[in-house]
Amino acid sequence: MIRTLRLSDVAIQRGGRLLFEGLSLELAAGQACALTGANGAGKTSLLRAVAGLVDLATGQITFGDLDPADARGGGLHFVGHQDGLKPARTAREELAFWTRWFGGTDASAADAAQALALEPLLDLEVRRLSAGQRRRLALVRALAAPRPLWLLDEPLSPLDASWRLRFGEIMQSHLAGGGMILAAVHDPLPIPARSLEIVA
Amino acid sequence: MSRLGVLLGREITLAWGRGGGPLVSVGFYAGVATLLPLAIGPEADRLAGVALGAAWVALALASLLSLERLFERDYEDGALDLLTFAPTPLELTCAAKCLGQWIATGAPLALAAPIAAIGLGAPVHLAPLIFACALIGGLAFAFVGGIGAALSLGARRGGLLTAVIVLPLFVPPVIFGGGALSAFAGGLPWTAGFALMCAYTAAAVALGPIAMAAACRNALS
Repeated sequence: MIRTLRLSDVAIQRGGRLLFEGLSLELAAGQACALTGANGAGKTSLLRAVAGLVDLATGQITFGDLDPADARGGGLHFVGHQDGLKPARTAREELAFWTRWFGGTDASAADAAQALALEPLLDLEVRRLSAGQRRRLALVRALAAPRPLWLLDEPLSPLDASWRLRFGEIMQSHLAGGGMILAAVHDPLPIPARSLEIVA
Repeated sequence: MSRLGVLLGREITLAWGRGGGPLVSVGFYAGVATLLPLAIGPEADRLAGVALGAAWVALALASLLSLERLFERDYEDGALDLLTFAPTPLELTCAAKCLGQWIATGAPLALAAPIAAIGLGAPVHLAPLIFACALIGGLAFAFVGGIGAALSLGARRGGLLTAVIVLPLFVPPVIFGGGALSAFAGGLPWTAGFALMCAYTAAAVALGPIAMAAACRNALS
């Protein structure tokens, strides 16, 4: 289980352009960090680098003593702009598949759907859901298979005020249980979190 | 059900839900088999002479039709990212996707193959071998086709690129399978060609996922 995340002197280059360099961060169990910065600063790229989807130009990302592949394979959730949900499938089918894929159970999926009041929408095709409802489904998917590290890319942007508050409570509960959150944001997170501004 | 079993089920469901993808391939195959007599003439002798080869080539091309979307949709909507966040190696994930493609598209094509070949004038007693060749050759088409689909991820006109990459890789099973069928029809030893096709398929199943996973990782980064 991931208990620490350490980024040491990280630099990321995309499309031949150096986005940033010299970035270091340490996150322990129960802590959250909000990544801020201008559009194109590299917040999403940093999240994808932590997830192992983007190679580092320099630096290192470690998860305590864990092998990075093992840590990423069983220890993190990534909620990004692209949610991987298939428009023609029902929310229930998608939730069932991803819950199993991430190692959860039908019971945990039902509990997660209840936590974000998604049950009435589960039989709708994903294409019938609004942007906010889709985001709630993506968050339910993460809740259904508990993993310690959440990588969230603008998690609150499509949610209305009441669901932002509710998701804030859920994030707080995740941290209280020893989880960690690294989130790219433009609006402040509704939880106590360190802030790290990414500048070129 | 295991993680890969769940993925396999999803792939089959998505393939059938994707505008009836397998039906498009089978329809294309049936179309070629129907149009061929109109193009080269209805004489039974002439048709019977090309029936096996034409049916076999049409099968390879029909298999190509649905390959483009094997990874591309998951790549575009972010699902491919999420599929990497599991203890399952990406190589096995790619293999499950190809297996799903084969079950959803290759198996219906294998069922259609003897019908098309016999319709073109192939002897009826060839039907079991045509089915077996189409089934096993179709597995090779799915796995080498997956390599092309993965390599063309993110490219503009990826379908064209997939075809350019994949068609040369389709040559060995087309030669071996077609050779086995022709030999059997002519009363000659046919097992060598069939065995070579099986060997090629085994190599494709064993090595293809390694290449696919590397190509997917490259596209994601």
